[in-house]
Amino acid sequence: MPSQPIVSLKGVTKRFPGIVANDTVSIDFFPGEVHVLLGENGAGKSTLVSMLSGLQQPDDGEIHIDGARKAIQSPHHALSVGIGTVFQHSMLVPSLTLVDNVNLGGRWWQNPDRPAIAARMSETARSIGVDVTPMAVTSSLSLGEQQQAEIVRALMRGSRFLILDEATAMLTPKDAEKLGLLMRRLVSQGLAVIFITHKLNEAVAYGDRISVLRLGKKVGAIAPDQLKSLGPERVTQEIVRLMFGHSEDAAPSAPAEAMPQQNADLGGAVLEILALEVDDSAVPVSGVELKIRAGEIVGVAGIDGNGQKQLAEALAGQRPVRNGRIYLDGLPIEDMSVGDRRKRGLRYVTDDRLGEGTVGAFPVSINLLLKQIGDAPFWRSGLESPALIAANARRQVVEFDIRTPSIETPAGKLSGGNIQKLLLARELTGSARAVIFAKPTYGLDLQNIAASRRRIREAADSGKAVLVFSTELDELIELSNRIAVMSQGRIVGIVDNDQSARQRIGEMMSGVAK
Amino acid sequence: MSLFTEAFMTALLVGAIAAGIPLLLAGLGEQLSEKAGVLNIGIEGMMLSGAYFGFLIAWKTDSALLGFLGGIGGGMIVAALMALLCVRLGLNQIVIGIALTLGAEGATALLHHVQFSQSYPRLSAPMVFSIPGLSQIPVLGTAFFSREPIVYLSLALVGVFAYLYRRTYWGIALQAAGDKPAALDSAGVNVMLIRSGAVLLTGGLVGLGGAFMAIVGAGIFVPFMTSGQGFIGIVLAMLARGQPIWVLGGAILFGACLSLTTALQVAGVDIPTDVIQMLPFAAVMLVLVFLGRKANLPSALGAAYVRGAR
Amino acid sequence: MTASVSSTAKSGEIPTTKRAEDRGEATKERLLTLLLSVGPLIAALLIASLILVLMGVDPLAYYGYIVKRGLLSPTGLQATLTGMGPMLLIAASLIVAFRAGIWNLGGDAQFLLGAVFVAASAPLLVQIMPVWAMLIISLAIGATIGAIWSIVPALLRAYQGVNEIITTMMMTFLGISFANVLVKLLFLDPATTVPQTRTLAVEDRLPRLFDTTVSSGVLIGLAAILIVHFIMARTSFGLKLRIVGANARAAIHAGLPVSALTVAVFAMSAGLSGLSGATAILGQYGNVRADWNPAYSLTIVPLVFLARFNGFATIAYVFFFSMLSIGSESAARRMGVPNYFTLVTMAVLLILLGITEMLDKRRRDRKGI
Repeated sequence: MPSQPIVSLKGVTKRFPGIVANDTVSIDFFPGEVHVLLGENGAGKSTLVSMLSGLQQPDDGEIHIDGARKAIQSPHHALSVGIGTVFQHSMLVPSLTLVDNVNLGGRWWQNPDRPAIAARMSETARSIGVDVTPMAVTSSLSLGEQQQAEIVRALMRGSRFLILDEATAMLTPKDAEKLGLLMRRLVSQGLAVIFITHKLNEAVAYGDRISVLRLGKKVGAIAPDQLKSLGPERVTQEIVRLMFGHSEDAAPSAPAEAMPQQNADLGGAVLEILALEVDDSAVPVSGVELKIRAGEIVGVAGIDGNGQKQLAEALAGQRPVRNGRIYLDGLPIEDMSVGDRRKRGLRYVTDDRLGEGTVGAFPVSINLLLKQIGDAPFWRSGLESPALIAANARRQVVEFDIRTPSIETPAGKLSGGNIQKLLLARELTGSARAVIFAKPTYGLDLQNIAASRRRIREAADSGKAVLVFSTELDELIELSNRIAVMSQGRIVGIVDNDQSARQRIGEMMSGVAK
Repeated sequence: MSLFTEAFMTALLVGAIAAGIPLLLAGLGEQLSEKAGVLNIGIEGMMLSGAYFGFLIAWKTDSALLGFLGGIGGGMIVAALMALLCVRLGLNQIVIGIALTLGAEGATALLHHVQFSQSYPRLSAPMVFSIPGLSQIPVLGTAFFSREPIVYLSLALVGVFAYLYRRTYWGIALQAAGDKPAALDSAGVNVMLIRSGAVLLTGGLVGLGGAFMAIVGAGIFVPFMTSGQGFIGIVLAMLARGQPIWVLGGAILFGACLSLTTALQVAGVDIPTDVIQMLPFAAVMLVLVFLGRKANLPSALGAAYVRGAR
Repeated sequence: MTASVSSTAKSGEIPTTKRAEDRGEATKERLLTLLLSVGPLIAALLIASLILVLMGVDPLAYYGYIVKRGLLSPTGLQATLTGMGPMLLIAASLIVAFRAGIWNLGGDAQFLLGAVFVAASAPLLVQIMPVWAMLIISLAIGATIGAIWSIVPALLRAYQGVNEIITTMMMTFLGISFANVLVKLLFLDPATTVPQTRTLAVEDRLPRLFDTTVSSGVLIGLAAILIVHFIMARTSFGLKLRIVGANARAAIHAGLPVSALTVAVFAMSAGLSGLSGATAILGQYGNVRADWNPAYSLTIVPLVFLARFNGFATIAYVFFFSMLSIGSESAARRMGVPNYFTLVTMAVLLILLGITEMLDKRRRDRKGI
C-alpha cells in the first residue's frame, strides 16, 4: 500500500442550478494504481473530472495535491501540478499534426523545433509501448490512435496523474483492450491513473481500486486487497449493489443465458439485400448480400468505421445506392426516398442521436414526428394541428417512458437515454416492417441499455425483421439469430449464433484484417 | 497590340497597387480573425474608422506616419468593441459585425460633419521612396519600386504573416482557436486572449488599410468612402484558404479591375466604370461555378467559445 | 448539459402551497421581460442623447422634433408609413432566409435590380394596359428579377455546398454595378440629361390609402410579413425550413429534400427583396437614378435580429426605424444634425440589446430554466 496519495478530494461539492452534481465527495488517489470511477450517466463523474482538470472549481471542500491544499484554477494550472486529462471527446485539433498538437502553448514568437519534438514524442511513445506517427495530421488517424497520442502528449507534459474520461466509450473492443494493457504499464511506472467508465467488466479487469458514484455521492469503494480476494463475480455483484442501491436484478441479464430461441418460428424474408454497392470516399461498400426474415434479428459485427454507417444510410435512403437491389416485402426500394421507404415500413434508429437523430432546439413533440412532417393527421393540407401533435407526443412519452419535464421541452435538454427512447418511440410506432438499429446502446447507461435491448427483442417478437449494427460483440450474441461480420466495406461472413459463434466471428475479424 | 502601351501598363499597375493595398490589408486582417474563429463582418467599419482617424491625425500633424498610426488606432477602437462583444461576451458575430459597421459609418460621418462641416480639406501627397536601381525598370519600376514606404511595408506583411502562421507557436495557437478552441483551452492557452488579440490586430491592419485609402489613395476623407471594400476583404479572405499569398493575388486582381477604367482612359478607351467594376466579381463567381470549390473555413468559425459547453 | 438532466423526474407534482409563490414569480418574470425589452431602448436613447449634448444639441429638442416630424405631423406619419412598405418586405425576405439558416446578404442587389427592371418596364407597360394590370405585372417582374439574381448562389449552396455568405456578397457587388450599367446605358430616359430611368407618373403608381399620401405598398409589406410569420410558425413547409436551418443533417436523416428546400428559400427570400424594390418604385420613387442604392438590406438585418425573427415585433421595429429615418431627415435640415446620427443610434441600440439578451440568457442558465 503506497504511503501518500498524489491527489485527495476532501468533501468536494459542486452545485449546478437545480442539481448537486457532486455532494461532499472524498476520494484519495494513489500512485501506482488504476483507480476506477464507476457510475451511471449523471452520477457526477464528468463534473469530478472537470474540477480535477481545472475546467471548474468546487463550491465546497478541498483538493489536496501531495498533501497540500491547492485550488486548481485553470487547465494550465492542472497541467503544471502534473494532472493530465484525456477527455472522452478528443482534445486534439483535427487540422494540425500531432507534433503541433503537442506544441500548443509554446511561447508565441518562437519557432517550434518540430523534428526534436517529434523525436521526443516517439521516444515517450516507445517507453510506454505504443506507436505514434508524430507528423501525421490528426484528422487522418483513428480514434484509438488519437487517444494514444493524447496519452503520450499528457506524459510529455510531465503528467504523473492521468485522468482517462470514458476512455473506452469510442473505441473498438480491441482498442479498448489495448488501452487496458497500456494503463497497466503506466501504473507499473509509478503513475496514478484514474479510469472513468460505466462498464463493469472493464472496471474489474483493469482496476486496482474502485470508487462508485451515485447521484453525485460516493456510495462505496473497493480497496485493492478486497478486489483481489473477492474475485470478479463477487466484485461485480458488489458494484451493482452500490450503483443501483439494490441487487443485480436491475443490471442487464447476463449475455450467456439470453440467447434467442433459434430459427424455428421465423417467417418469410422481409428485407432482402442483393449485391449492394455504395459509394464513399473513405469506405466504399460492395457486395453486400443479406436476407432478414420476419421475426429475425441479424447482427452486424465489425470494428467501427468498416462501412457499417454507409450501409445503414444506404438502406435507410439517406445515401444513394450505386448498384444492387434492396427489397422490402418483395418490392424494390433502392430508388425510393427516405419518406417512401418509411411509409412502406422501413425504419432506421441512428446512433448519432444529437447530430442527426433530433433537432436539439425543437420540442420533444416535434422531434417525435420529425419523419412525418406534413403527414395527416398531424398536418392537414400543410397546416399543423397542434392538439393532435401534442396528443401523439403525450401518448408516446408514456408508452416509451421518456422522462421529460414536458412535451414542449427542447429535445437537446434530455439525457442520452431519454433521447434514445424518443428515437425508439419515433421509429417503432406505426406499421414498421423492418428496423435497422445502429449501435443502439452506444453511450447509454446500464438501465437504458437494458431497455433498448428489450425494445429490439420486442420488435423481432412482433414479427419485424431487425438488423442491428454494433461494435459490442456481447450485445450481438445476446440478441441475434445470425451474425454477419463486416470488414472494409464488405460482409465477410455470416454465422448462426450458436456456441461456436464468438470464436468464428473472431477468426473472421482477424482473418481479413490485412 | 497597341493598347498595351507603356503608359497604359504603368497606369494600370500603379492604380492596381494603390487600389489593391487597402484590399490586401483588409483581406489579411479578415484572414487573421477567421483563422482564430471570428467571422469579422465589422471590418468595413474598422476600415472607415481607420480612414477617418488616419486622415484626421495626418491633417492635424501634417505627418503621414502619424496618420497611419492614427488609422491603426482607429481600426483598433472598433475592433476592441468587437472583441469585447463577440469574444468576451459571446454575442452573435454577424449581427454585431453589421452593427459596428453601421455604427462606424454613422459615427465617422458625424465626426467629420462636426469637424469639417461640408468642406473636404486635402492632404499633401506623402513622400515617395524610390528604391535605387529597381525603380528604373520600365513599368514595374514605377508601379512597385517607386512608392510610399507604406506600400513596401504592406507587401512585406504578406511574408511576415505567412511566416508567423507556419513557423511560430502563435500560428499553431491561432489555428487551434479556430478549429477546436476546447483543445487549446485544455492545453492551458487562453482562448479569449488569442481570439481577442487576433481581432485587435485585425482592427490595426484594416485600420491601416483605411488610412492608406484616405492618406495615399484619395488625400481626403469622405463619409462612407470605403464603399464596401471591407466586404471585398472578407471575400478575399474566404477565397484565400488561409494563405496570405492568395490574399495578395486577389487584392491585386481586384485592384487592377478597379484601376482599369483610369488606365483605359489613359489609353483613350472609354468604358463605363461600372462595367469594369463588375469584372472581378464576375470572374470569382465563374471560378466558383466551375470549380464548385467549398470555401475552406475553420470549423469553429462564428461560434463563441464557452468553456465546458459542447 | 448537467443542469437539464435533473429536473426531469420530479416535474408535474408541484405542491399546492407553492402555487401562490409561483404566481408572484410569474409576475416578476413578466416585469423583467418588459424591462429587458424597453430598458435597452431607453439606455440607447440616453447614450445617443449624451452624444447630442457633446455636439451641442439639446437632445430633448432633437428627439421631440423627430417624434413631431416622423409621428405626430400628418405628412410625417404618412411618410413614415409609406417608407415601411419596402422595409417590411426586406424584413420578410431576411426572416425567411435566416430562419432556414441561410445568410442571404445579397438583398441590396436583389432589391436594386428588381427596382431597375420595374422602373424600366412600368412606364412602358402602362401605355398598353390598364394601371391595375401594370401594377400586378410590375410586382411580379420585381419578384422574379430578385429571385433570378439569387439562382447562382442558391444552386452553389444547395448542390456544391459553397458558402452563401461569399456568393451573395459577390452577387450584391456585381448587381449594384450591373444596375448602374442598366440605368446608364440601357434603360436611360432619353428625355432627361441626368442618367435615370423613365418616370412612372404619380397617378399610375400604387393607389394611396383613403385621403392620405400613404402608399398601399405598406399593405403589401404588412401582408408579406404576416404571411411569412404564419408560414414559418404554423405550416409544415415552414417547419421543414426551420429544421433545415437548425440542423441540416437531421433534415437529411428525416428525408427532407434539403437541396430543393434551400433553393426554395433563396427564391422566396430574393423574390421578396425584388418585390421590395418593385414596391419602392411603384409606391414612392417612380424611377431609378444612377448610383441610387438605399442599402436597405444591411440596415434591416439588425432589426429582424432584434425582433428575434418574430413578425409582429419586426413590424414594431420597422415602424420605429422608419419614423427615426423620416424624422431625422427633417432634423438634419432644421437642427444641423446629419441623418447619419440615426445609424449611430441604431448601432448603440443593437449592441445594448445584444448585451441584455446575453445577460438574460446567463440569468436563465443560472436559474436552470
